[in-house]
Parts: sequence; structure tokens; C-alpha cells
Amino acid sequence: MPLVKSGMVVEDRFLRVADGEPVPEQGPVIVSAERFLADAGEFAQRQDAVGVIWPNNRNVAELEPHLANLTLIALVFPVYKDGRAYSQARVLRERFGFRGELRATGQVLRDQFLFLLRAGFDAFDVAKPADATAFEEAARRYSVFFQPTGDGRVTVARVRTSRDARPAPVRSERVSA
Amino acid sequence: MTSPLQQKLKISGSSVVTANRLADGAVVYRTAEGTWTTDIDSAAVVSSAEAATSLLTAAKADGVQAVDVYVAPVKLKDGQILPANLREAIRLRGPTIELPITFGI
Amino acid sequence: MYLYDDFDRTLLAERVAEFRGQVGRRLTGELNEDEFKSLRLMNGVYLQLHAYMLRIAIPYGTLASDQMRKLAHVARRYDRGYGHFTTRQNIQFNWIKLAELPDAMADLADSRLHGMQTSGNCVRNITTDQWAGVAPDEIEDPRVWAELLRQHLTLHPEFSFLPRKFKIAVSAASHDRAALAIHDLSVRLYRNGAGEVGFEVGVGGGLGRTPFLTKIIKPFLAKRDLLSYVEAVLRLYNQYGRRDNIYKARIKILVHELGAEKFGREVDAEWQSIKDGALALDPAVIAEIAARFRYPDYERLEDSPPALEAARKADARFATWVDNAVNNHKIPGYAIVTMSLKPVGKPPGDCMADQMDAIADIADRHSFSEIRVGHEQNLVLPHVRQRDLPEVFRALDAIGVATPNVGLVSDIIACPGLDYCSLANARAIPVAQEISKRFRDLEVARGLGRLHINISGCINACGHHHVGHIGILGVEKNGEEFYQITIGGRADENAQLGTLIGPAVPYDDVPDVVEDIAQAYLELRQQSDELFIDTIKRVGVEPFKERVYATR
Repeated sequence: MPLVKSGMVVEDRFLRVADGEPVPEQGPVIVSAERFLADAGEFAQRQDAVGVIWPNNRNVAELEPHLANLTLIALVFPVYKDGRAYSQARVLRERFGFRGELRATGQVLRDQFLFLLRAGFDAFDVAKPADATAFEEAARRYSVFFQPTGDGRVTVARVRTSRDARPAPVRSERVSA
Repeated sequence: MTSPLQQKLKISGSSVVTANRLADGAVVYRTAEGTWTTDIDSAAVVSSAEAATSLLTAAKADGVQAVDVYVAPVKLKDGQILPANLREAIRLRGPTIELPITFGI
Repeated sequence: MYLYDDFDRTLLAERVAEFRGQVGRRLTGELNEDEFKSLRLMNGVYLQLHAYMLRIAIPYGTLASDQMRKLAHVARRYDRGYGHFTTRQNIQFNWIKLAELPDAMADLADSRLHGMQTSGNCVRNITTDQWAGVAPDEIEDPRVWAELLRQHLTLHPEFSFLPRKFKIAVSAASHDRAALAIHDLSVRLYRNGAGEVGFEVGVGGGLGRTPFLTKIIKPFLAKRDLLSYVEAVLRLYNQYGRRDNIYKARIKILVHELGAEKFGREVDAEWQSIKDGALALDPAVIAEIAARFRYPDYERLEDSPPALEAARKADARFATWVDNAVNNHKIPGYAIVTMSLKPVGKPPGDCMADQMDAIADIADRHSFSEIRVGHEQNLVLPHVRQRDLPEVFRALDAIGVATPNVGLVSDIIACPGLDYCSLANARAIPVAQEISKRFRDLEVARGLGRLHINISGCINACGHHHVGHIGILGVEKNGEEFYQITIGGRADENAQLGTLIGPAVPYDDVPDVVEDIAQAYLELRQQSDELFIDTIKRVGVEPFKERVYATR
């Protein structure tokens, strides 16, 4: 499944280490939530990057004390319709200030790219190769955003009330008879 | 009626495989030739669970022509294939109420 | 009327372009049905028994006349010449072709109309009182708040894949005409003891298999905090609502299982973290939205102009209609006119394209080009000069929307039922038609007074039968249509669920049962102006059960 970062298909440099298998001395690794929490102390000492795959039905607040030691957090969409990870992503980015890679995994489809970006994801384990190549186009699909999230996109409300903005032309709809 | 899409496959009597045409939502029936028709009399009729399953599987594989594919009961009478419950009758013949005069335009 | 600016228009245009791409990918098979279904639902596109259905949002039930004409155009060009107004202030077209949908949506977008989020597991059309902005018992226009919420919740990146649908209603009047109690989230604007205006927020209402009324979790919320509080509610729901069982996925189940108090505390905890952040409503933002709600240039007029009184005396039909379909307006000399879409024997809530055009014309001449849609599936002209009422009556009568049965027994609310809907177990429309024919005599109907009948063709309860004065629920027994009858439900500020009065009856018996209930009421009421619903409150359901089921 192609990994997309910064709008391009890239190689995944992280090795997925199964529970029970030894963690290699070197190289970036991703481990399960249980493994990470159980061995948090050791992972904190690790020179190379550590990532965790976090289930969508577990509170991300448990990760807060460890964020400084995490290069990557992978969140899960078991099916694309299960939107729990959007909330997890926003809390990680906006409340806990996580700055590392936030990766969307599971059933990640083109039609959710922009929602994912706005929620704070910056890496995408894309289900379909065709969707991977269409990433840039999908990410540009909308230019109007109402909700302030952590992504820095300027919201409509801010532009409308900004003193420096030219007022958007209002197509007049006459209401008096 | 519980949505037929959720029903377990139980055949008693005759059945057809039916669906809605993707492009316009029209009610269609699976033919023996592997196509879809709006004419119920051209539908393939099955009377065993095996035959129904095989027809259904082939029909479902055709996701570009038809959606919400399922097995529907029919009655055979005088060489005609007739819907065997109210839901299928309404699907075939349209709403039971008088539609506005613009119907069919 | 809220005036769109370029941002609003651009969003719609971008949405249409996106959907066009998605439909294209579906038709080639690049997207399979499972991948496409949620996407089309988020644009209001259902697959029904015979065709696709397009549900178009009418935000808080307000339509401009040019929008009504566009609906007529869509009805003619893409459908079969008529539309159906729903119990959530939307309109539905029943015969749409998927391949033509992008064009239909482009046409709609030109008039600021769309189907965004009218279906799917997201926040749906935010509804309100059809008399918002003009009702005498209102403290402020609730639509400003509905619009603020609507914008915030449109294509919200975090809340577009909720466990299930989420319905919000807003009201600002002492009489609840928005059915707040049956919504996932209710927002009631009021003035507290200290004279401050703020919101009472409730959660967890909803009908269907397990009906619940809302529980108030925030007795008073300041205006500044509306968006952040709703965000907190939705975040909790998104994370903790059940996703394993579609019948237990609404927020009402979560509230019930946790308990309202605990749920409220969880919301507060989340809310504390975000209330002073970017969602705190700046007065400038509120003012900006409020300023784009334009109100008519009302004239200075007197109530009860002589011409009106003279017309009443001269024309008994006109007088009857005024008494039934015309209500007081907050501005002297004006009136609120309800247009009944329940002509005897016709499908309730349906409107022909020609009627839509004519209503648009009448609205231009007599209602500052504005029309409202009510959840009772009737339409409203919200700003009519009292002295114009005779002319308005003639015009409405000529197009068949002046039946003086508003709020009466033949003003039935019904879902589309098995004639259209793939979820239904039984038909609803012909049941409504038969009942209305039984009560076609307006004297009889007036004699019964305010009497709301609600009919649903399945347990999903889109007809809101649980809160009907008489509720009728279609079920299937051995391939036959049967109907469960409840009485005593209410959807207003004294909301309650109806009580079953006996075993389900067959399709043919339903009109007889309704007549028996009406007869029982006439026998049991203390005086002629005791309302049906009050008689039930006074004597209970037993006397009705006995009379109706004596011979069944």
C-alpha cells in the first residue's frame, strides 16, 4: 500500500515489529500500543526513531507523557466510515502539540484526504495506488474552510471579519417587495 | 419487510435476482444470459438455494451495471412471472398511489 | 434571509465539482458501491425502490422565491414534475438518475441550494421553527444561530464520519414549534432570571426503535460558547458512540447508557479544554453573520384593517381560511400564512412544479419573496400584509394550497412509506389519503379541533409517529400490512411519547380506528374546546382503548 507524504509516494522507512519479536538495534521501528507502553522506558533510550500504532478505540491521552519520544504515531481507520481517528488526530496535534509524523492507516481513500489533512495527518497509507497519485489534486479540491483546526488554513470567519480584507462581494438579493 | 439485502438465503418456491440499475436506479432483473432487464418476464427463475446463490454471485460481481442485488420471491402463473409480495409488486409496477399527471414525462 | 457571499458560493461549486468526479468514478467502476455509498449519502442521494432520491436541504426551512423556482425547474427537468417536503424541512425528489445528478446539483448550486449532509452519518439539516423571525412569542431570531452552526458543521473534517446521523434543532420561542425534544441536540434560546439571553442545551432525543426525548445537560450556555460546546458534544459522540450495532449508534443510546448527568460532565470536561480557544465566538463574527440576515422593509400598518373585516363578512370561505391558516405576526398589520399541502385525498407534503412557481410569484408579490417550510410538511408565507389576505387567499385557493385544515385531523404528517422507500415495511401515503377522505367534511374536522396524526411506514419513524396525537406505525405480519396505533404523543414543549392502545390492525381498518378514536374523544371531552390531547391527559388512554377495541 503506497505511503504518501508531502503529496508524493515515498518509501516507508519504518519497520513494523510484531509483538514478541525482538526490536532491531538500529533503524526506525513501529510497534503496537501495548508493546510501546510496556517498554516505554527502553524506547525512550532508543537512538533511532520509534513509532506506535494506536487503536482507534483507545484514549490518546495515554500517549501524552511519551510524545517527546515518538517520531511517528499511526492511527487507524478500520473502515473509512469509522471516523474516530479524526478526533484522536486533532487532540494529538492541537491539545498535546504532537509535532511528529501522524499517519493514517487502514482503509484510507482519496475522498478523505482533505479531511485527514485538516485533522492533522501528514502521512497516508493509501489503499489504492490510483488514489496515491491523485493525492495533490484531491488535497486541492476545496478552497473554502469554515472550521479552525490545527492545520493553519485560514477560515472563512476570519477572512470575513478581518479588518484588512476587502469585503467579499455580496450578490444582492433584494428582499423588499 | 426487513431489507432483503440482510436476509439469509432461503428459497421456497421460485425466485429471481433483482437489483437497481446503477445509472438511473431503475428496477432490473437478472437474465440467464447474464444481463439485466426491466422486463420481469425475461428474468431467470431459480428454485433451489444453490441455483439462487450461483445466479446471485454472478450478478453481484457486476457492480458497474447494478447495485443492491438480492433474491426476490416470485410466483409463476400462466407463463408469467409475477412478484410474490407487496414490496416486489411496488418495485415492478411503481407506487400504489396515483402519481401526479406529469408521470411518465 | 441569509445572504450568500462568495465563500458560500465557492464551497458549493467545489462540492459539485467533487461530486461530479465521484459519480464519474462510480460509473466507470473505479469506486465500488461500498466506497461510493457514504459519499453519495453525504450529498443527499439515496437509492429507493424505483430510482434514486435526492434530498435537498432547506436550511432552517427558509427559501427565497428564486430558490423555489429552481426547485420547480429541477422537478421538471430531472424528475417527474413534483417534490415532497419532509419532516425535517427538506425537499425530496423521487425519480432522479445518478448520471444526471451532477448537472442537477450544479443547477441547484446556482440558486444556493444543495444536498450536502442531508443524509449519511454526519450532522444533518439544522431545523427550526417555521415562524422564526416573525413569531410574536420569540425573543430573537434563532436562524442566526442555526446558520452559525450550519457553517461550522458543514464538511467538518472531524465529524463527517460519525457513528450515525446527528440532528439539531434550534428554537427561540416560548412555544416549541421545532420539536426540540426529539432531536440529538436541542438548542433553545431564552432569557434567564438575570435577564441574560443564552441557550438551554439538550441531547439524546430521537425516535426510531428506541425513542427518547432530550435530556437537558446545559441549563444555560452563553452565546459566546455555542460552537465550542457543540464541538465537545460531537467529539464525545464521535469517539464513544457505538459503531458495532447500527440500531444502537445514535447519541441517545450513549446518553442513556452513561446517564445524562455523567454524559454532561464528560462534555464539560472536554469543553473546558476548548472553550477559550478558536471556537469562542467573537461578537464580530456573530455580528457579521447576523448582518447578512436581511429583514423586510416592513411598512407601518394597523392590525385588522377594515378591508379585511369586510372581506371576512362577505365571504364565509375566506373567513374560515383566515381563522384556520393565518396567524399573528410580531409586526402590526402583518400576518403569517400557512399553505396547506394536505388537500383531501392527496399525498401529504407533495407539491407540483406549477404550484411551486405560483407560490414563488405569490411570495414575490406578498411576502417579500420569502417562503418557509415547516416540519408538518406545510409551507408558510411569513410576511403578508393583513390587507392583502383576500387577494392572497384567492391566489392560493386557485392553486390548491388553501385547504383550511392546518392543524386539523386531515393535516396528516406521513413519511413516503413503502410506495417509495426501501426501508419501509408498509405503506403510509394511501393510509393518509384514506383518513383524510373520511374527514373531508370541514365542519367535522373543525369540530375535532387541533389533532395531529403522524404516520410512519417503518420503525425508523420518519413520520414521527411516536409524538403524534394519534400515531400510526406500519408493520409487516406474514406478508400483510398491519398498523400499530398510539395516542397521546406530543412534539412541543410538553413533549411526550404516545401510548399503544391495542394490537396492530390491518390496513383496511385504519380509517375506521381513527374514526372510533375521534368519536371517543367527542364523547369523553368535557367541553367543546377541550383539545384532543388534553382530553387524553385528563382521562388517560384506557377509555380510548376500551372504545376502540371493544369490537376488535
